[in-house]
Amino acid sequence: MHPAISVIFFTTASGAGYGLLALTGIGLALGLVPADRLFGLIALGLALTLVTAGLLASTLHLGHPERAWRAFSQWRSSWLSREGVASVLTYVPAAVFAAGWVLFGRTGSMIVLAGLLAALGALVTVYTTSMIYASLRTIPEWANGYTTPVYLLLAAMSGAVLLNAVAAMFGGEPVVGWVAAALLAAGWALKLAAWRANDTRAPPVTAGRATGLGDGAVRSIEWPHTAENYVLKEMGYRVARKHARQLRRIAWICAFAVPLALVLVSLAAGGAAAIAAASAACVFAGLGLVVERWLFFAEARHVAALYYRPAV
Amino acid sequence: MCACRCGIDVHLVEGRIRYIGGNPDHPVNRGVLCGKGSAGIMQHYSPARLRKPLLRTGERGSGAFREIEWDEALAIATDRLKRIRSTDPKKLAFFTGRDQSQSFTGWWAKQFGTPNFAAHGGFCSVNMAAAGLYTIGGSFWEFGEPDWEHAKYFLLFGVAEDHDSNPIKIGLGKLKARGAKVVSVNPCRTGYNAIADEWVGIRPGTDGLFVLALVHELLKAGRVDLDYLIRFTNAAHLVIHEPGAADDGLILRDEAGRPLVRDRRSGTATAMSANVEPELAGTFEADGRTARPAFQLIAERYLDEAWSPDAVAERCGIAADRIRRIAAELARVAFEEAIELPVAWTDANGVRHETMTGRPVAMHAMRGISAHSNGFHTCRAIHLLQVLLGSVEVPGGFRCKAPYPRPVPPGPKPAGRDGGRPDTPLDGMPLGFVQSPDDLLVDENGGPIRIDKAYSWEAPLAAHGLMHTVIRNAWAGDPYPIDTLFMFMANMAWNSSMNTAETIAMLTDRDETGDYRIPFIIYSDAYNSETVAYADLVLPDTTYLERHDCISLLDRPISDADGPADAIRHPVVEPDRDVRGFQSVLLDLGARLGLPGMVRDDSSPAYRDYADYIVNHERKPGVGPLAGWRGNGDEHGRGAPNPQQLQRYIDNGGFWKHELEPGQRYYKMANRGYLDFAAGFGLIDTPDQIVFQLYSEVLQRFRLAARGHGAVVPPEAERARIERYFDPLPFWYAPLQEAAVDTGVLPLHAITQRPMHMYHSWGSQNAWLRQITSQNRLFVHRDTAGRLGIADDDWVWIESHSGRVKGQVRLVDGVNPDTVWTWNAIGKRRGAWGLDPEAPEATRGFLLNHAISDVLRQSATPGGPGGGPDGGPDGEGGGGRAYSNSDPVTGQAAWFDLRVRLSRCAPADCGEAGPQFPELPPPPDLPPSPTILQYGRLFRQWRQDSKRGEAGKAGRAGGGAA
Amino acid sequence: MTGLQKSTGRKLGLVIDLDTCVGCQACVTSCKEWNTGGHMAPLTDIDPYGEAPDGVWFNRVHTYEQEVETGPGTNRGTGTGTGSRTVHFPRSCLHCDEPACVTVCPTGASYKRASDGIVLVDEDKCIGCKLCSWACPYGAREYDTEVGVMKKCTLCVDRIYNDNLPEADRVPACVASCPVGARHFGDLGDETSPVSQLVAARGGVDLMPELGYRPVNKYLPPRERHADAGAAPLEPVGGEGGFFAWVDRMLSR
Ligand SMILES: Nc1nc2c(c(=O)[nH]1)N[C@H]1C(S)=C(S)[C@@H](COP(=O)(O)OP(=O)(O)OC[C@H]3O[C@@H](n4cnc5c(=O)[nH]c(N)nc54)[C@H](O)[C@@H]3O)O[C@H]1N2
Ligand SMILES: Nc1nc2c(c(=O)[nH]1)N[C@H]1C(S)=C(S)[C@@H](COP(=O)(O)OP(=O)(O)OC[C@H]3O[C@@H](n4cnc5c(=O)[nH]c(N)nc54)[C@H](O)[C@@H]3O)O[C@H]1N2
Ligand code: SF4
Ligand code: SF4
Ligand code: SF4
Ligand code: SF4
Ligand code: SF4
Ligand SMILES: [Mo]
Repeated sequence: MHPAISVIFFTTASGAGYGLLALTGIGLALGLVPADRLFGLIALGLALTLVTAGLLASTLHLGHPERAWRAFSQWRSSWLSREGVASVLTYVPAAVFAAGWVLFGRTGSMIVLAGLLAALGALVTVYTTSMIYASLRTIPEWANGYTTPVYLLLAAMSGAVLLNAVAAMFGGEPVVGWVAAALLAAGWALKLAAWRANDTRAPPVTAGRATGLGDGAVRSIEWPHTAENYVLKEMGYRVARKHARQLRRIAWICAFAVPLALVLVSLAAGGAAAIAAASAACVFAGLGLVVERWLFFAEARHVAALYYRPAV
Repeated sequence: MCACRCGIDVHLVEGRIRYIGGNPDHPVNRGVLCGKGSAGIMQHYSPARLRKPLLRTGERGSGAFREIEWDEALAIATDRLKRIRSTDPKKLAFFTGRDQSQSFTGWWAKQFGTPNFAAHGGFCSVNMAAAGLYTIGGSFWEFGEPDWEHAKYFLLFGVAEDHDSNPIKIGLGKLKARGAKVVSVNPCRTGYNAIADEWVGIRPGTDGLFVLALVHELLKAGRVDLDYLIRFTNAAHLVIHEPGAADDGLILRDEAGRPLVRDRRSGTATAMSANVEPELAGTFEADGRTARPAFQLIAERYLDEAWSPDAVAERCGIAADRIRRIAAELARVAFEEAIELPVAWTDANGVRHETMTGRPVAMHAMRGISAHSNGFHTCRAIHLLQVLLGSVEVPGGFRCKAPYPRPVPPGPKPAGRDGGRPDTPLDGMPLGFVQSPDDLLVDENGGPIRIDKAYSWEAPLAAHGLMHTVIRNAWAGDPYPIDTLFMFMANMAWNSSMNTAETIAMLTDRDETGDYRIPFIIYSDAYNSETVAYADLVLPDTTYLERHDCISLLDRPISDADGPADAIRHPVVEPDRDVRGFQSVLLDLGARLGLPGMVRDDSSPAYRDYADYIVNHERKPGVGPLAGWRGNGDEHGRGAPNPQQLQRYIDNGGFWKHELEPGQRYYKMANRGYLDFAAGFGLIDTPDQIVFQLYSEVLQRFRLAARGHGAVVPPEAERARIERYFDPLPFWYAPLQEAAVDTGVLPLHAITQRPMHMYHSWGSQNAWLRQITSQNRLFVHRDTAGRLGIADDDWVWIESHSGRVKGQVRLVDGVNPDTVWTWNAIGKRRGAWGLDPEAPEATRGFLLNHAISDVLRQSATPGGPGGGPDGGPDGEGGGGRAYSNSDPVTGQAAWFDLRVRLSRCAPADCGEAGPQFPELPPPPDLPPSPTILQYGRLFRQWRQDSKRGEAGKAGRAGGGAA
Repeated sequence: MTGLQKSTGRKLGLVIDLDTCVGCQACVTSCKEWNTGGHMAPLTDIDPYGEAPDGVWFNRVHTYEQEVETGPGTNRGTGTGTGSRTVHFPRSCLHCDEPACVTVCPTGASYKRASDGIVLVDEDKCIGCKLCSWACPYGAREYDTEVGVMKKCTLCVDRIYNDNLPEADRVPACVASCPVGARHFGDLGDETSPVSQLVAARGGVDLMPELGYRPVNKYLPPRERHADAGAAPLEPVGGEGGFFAWVDRMLSR
């Protein structure tokens, strides 16, 4: 699949934003983060900025962004529509949560409840996002049991890394750090497993089934067009295996290994060093996740590309 | 649009073309259209359309022009041509390419007085036409068709697309639906050949061997239709056997000139009639001469083991068992699955038959056969095979379309023996059919009269002329220099020339005095083709939707086997540019030149325009370009001109057709009902039976000349060649160019095929068609590539004895392993056709023609001469004499005799096709091609804006033929 | 609407015969020509005369080679040992019964008509998110970058119900133009319709049935090639005197 920048940015940014939002909500409820208004401002400001920027970016690849409102209508059947609805609905508790905490400095039960509802909204939204991909039977790399856990876990993970950095500015919250470290380790393991599964998955259909020609290798000898067309550009995107392997390495190093180390450093160190390490973890995780998400698209092989393959 | 001339309905909305559909009533296409026809909108609105007459201002080939008014253009042409006509009319060489008005353009040349006229047939498929017309009085090409309704076994030789493309597709659909067996003989398995039940991946140029091996098998097993041979062919005619005599090998005739046969009952030689039972075998004495039935010669020749499947298998690349099996299948279907139509008919002898017997084996062949230098004989071999099976003009077999069958060979003979005289028309049409050496257009020394050397000893049966030799001969002044080369609708500076680079060099070459060797070139094209830049004067034509055209029975009509038909095109849109229909321009020029028939007594133009000519011109009294609705509208075939004629055609969907009676539809060569009809209608001169010439006396006459007999004999240097190739019976020889190279060094055959969705060069300017194919690949068999270390998508050099071409490879299974091929004419020159100079057609597409030489070259080393014209050709003939790369009988261009070798390109050479030529600048004022196209947007807007339904506006605006 | 409505049972669609398709592209360009001025007009072409021409089309024809067993009935090659065949394959929207392209659509722009099963895009609602094209296994949807909406085969709704056209022309453009008659149009929901019977007779198949889209369009696979026509091998003419004596005998009959 063609790795569109806007969609990559959207899923990574909004994922991190929702992760941060959810963890902040839960953190406040559990008293794991400071009830400091400034803390709320930074954490929720960051979360909502990421979410909003991501959502806006996602409209960038639309042919008609001005009609984006129409996308809320089909929530009964469409995960994309549900994502839209969920994302907007999440703003309601998130707004109450943020306003109550940051503007009015209140962290009472209503606000905590709003925070928890925002966390729930974030969870649901990321879930709907993941389901957009996981429900596409046309793309075996997505339509499997890994997609949703990976989306949820990586959202939580990136949120935790961010929260750890914010916490570091406020002197650090070991629990947050440990949660971040645990999520990084889990995310790492899950992503490796997802990649492995993709590498070993038998293709769901063959060109013989795609063309109705049945058994016997089917080889494309002439395309219907000599230049690329929409289907090829969008669905036929391919990244060379060698490239992919390198990028995967970059992805896991940046997204998991380095942030994990840095989060541990931030836990061990204190003061400016902790802040620096925790912040650097965010930068690496962000970069790593962008690469991970790029690969998520680039390595996904749409079955329609079967029609164009030289040999299957 | 293209030569198959389908009927189309052009639907207009507010003057713009909404849609082009097939005309369901039209006899050619019955409502269907091909991929090109359905993309006609983009053809018509091409940004490469020329806009105004152009006069060259810079160097020839530089593309520097200025626009001029039509008056100036016509004045320039008139001045020049007037001078030529009043001094030496043959100095005008008028070659009209893809002309569908040859009966008109030929007549124009005749009235001008130049013998130097031809259209494209010589480089296209004259082998098919000539071999057929000299054998059965009809031919493949679009002049005949299989009996799609009844055939049970269909053999298709060397066809990718054909002129009769939609009829073939419709027919294949019928065969498939009926479960008939389709066997394709073709080195390539694409298109029609891909859907065949059996694909015979023959080695190019060897069909003659394959077919004659089938003949061998059938004869050996006695599976031939003797009765048919006696009744309809010259198999029983007695052939004089007196080696050394002036009439050795000619048919024994009585005083009246009637061929004699040996009657079994009386034991005497007598003319054929219903009561005679002729011998087919034996040697007899008659009138003091020794003679043998032609069939005896046929049987002797092909029963020889030299033609056995075992003897030919390896050369053809077809297992002997397979050849035997196909022969057995042919025999079984022809004789055991014979069909009987309950239709009564009367034969030429007046004998009534209650049924029509059919041998449901049909064959069709085209350029895979004709585009080889042995194509004439191979095509005759196919006709021999059909006739031995008794499957020509019978139910289930091969059938002629009106005006065929015609006498073998048909008249008239070519005119212009005297080379043309000042201000005098020729005494006949420039093109025709020679019957003996006496009819050749040669001078006392045996030298050619025509610039293209047609009807000379080099190409005696050149029924269509040799357009592919004109540029070289005019450049070389061989046999004489000309003044003006006037061309129409032929992209001679690119895909329709062999040896394109050299051709371009010849077009721009200058003599010692600095003048162009070809002094003046006038060209009519509708689009900015590669050739435009090489003209001095460009006459821009209309598109096919903007003009009148006439698809005449005098030319290449649209008849089918069930009856004669002809058609018109009529304008459905007005030109938005300053262009004029070429035929109208030609009439205007003719009037300005005062050509007889084109001016009235008061020297005013005789015809307003081509439409006027179509209606009012009479070739013979009562016979004009169109056969339908003559006289008062109720006469067909013959009748006075009818001013309402075009309207009648338009009302009838653009065509006229006469349906033959059921009893006239088969056995037309010997069907009293048909022959009488055809003679009355003017299709043939007399209603005599047409006898198939399996043994060709015409060819034998040339052989005798080569042995020194007769008034016109070949020069010494030509005799061996004539002796060899004018065999009265079909035979096989290795294609000439192939035989002249070291096939060990050049191990592969290289051929081209037409893509079904592209028309030669002009499809690439079509925004839709070029999306389908804008780069051609070289298709190579997987195993062959493996041996050569070539992988899919590699770039390779394709090297022949005379040039090299670079292209990108695609590996396939469906090709003869010794053959590589590519789609024809996709490769383009930078700057032409309104395309971006970086268009893939120019940067990655390649033209195989650069590797094909136009003259036969003896060479063992690849990448040979190929340079400029200075390189000078070395030919096979002695004394520095170079023959064109053509069939020695007809002069048909031998495009497919090419041998090549492949080598992988160095990495630095990959990615761009070769050779590359300097970019051609567009003519002045050609608007830039759009970068975004949203054709049809307006229709929707109109629909939405004012609810102007298409309904109200659309109509059946035109039933033209495309 | 995006959710699938209950079908009336009518399922208009195409039956495409891979046995006779010669790959001529007539259906491709006639589709383009009709539709660029039709219901979804225009079918934009980008860079039409340039380096990388790319336009919107509803129908595309591929060429494949397939390895098949060599046997008497296969359309075989020479010399390779393995048999193979060449097949042309037209590809357009299959108007699926379970069209995920419709259910994923967030706006309701993609819909399947209850009355006849045709899957269409309402361009006024489409936001151009492209998700439907991701959901289509057959690559049947093409995005118009200029207009910013998704486009696809309409089954020529503006022909098949067009009262202004003669009855005989009320078939999809691609069906009308196909010269070999490899494309058939009709109601595949009706078992007695000619198209359904053709599918039954020829063993018509679904493409990628395992994905569960239940396409309405069917493909007729290449038929068993005619085996060697079962002709007895030819024997030389019998009797005395060889061939010429045989001729004599035949003529004496
Ligand atoms: N390698 C190889 N070369 C071949 C062949 C092959 O098989 N292989 N085939 C050969 C054969 S059979 C043929 S017939 C030739 C064909 O080759 P050409 O005769 O050159 O045919 P085209 O390239 O179709 O175009 C001829 C010219 O006609 C112009 N034209 C198109 N429409 C009109 C019109 O309405 N009016 C006017 N005045 N001009 C128009 C086009 O712009 C073009 O410049 O190619 C030959 N060349
Ligand atoms: N779409 C389209 N239609 C056209 C044209 C076009 O340009 N495009 N051009 C028109 C013109 S001008 C012409 S002349 C006709 C020509 O129509 P075709 O006769 O179909 O011409 P080609 O495409 O040259 O196809 C020649 C075929 O012969 C095969 N072949 C080559 N050598 C041999 C051989 O030695 N033996 C056998 N058995 N086969 C061989 C090739 O593989 C190829 O399939 O088409 C006309 N129709
Ligand atoms: S381009 Fe030729 S074959 Fe095609 S529809 Fe037109 S006339 Fe017929
Ligand atoms: S073929 Fe594709 S676009 Fe058409 S209905 Fe099926 S899933 Fe939808
Ligand atoms: S591109 Fe248009 S039709 Fe397709 S899913 Fe998005 S909104 Fe629906
Ligand atoms: S049904 Fe109409 S829109 Fe669909 S492929 Fe055929 S011509 Fe194109
Ligand atoms: S028009 Fe018919 S034969 Fe031609 S490509 Fe389409 S389906 Fe095949
Ligand atoms: Mo031709």
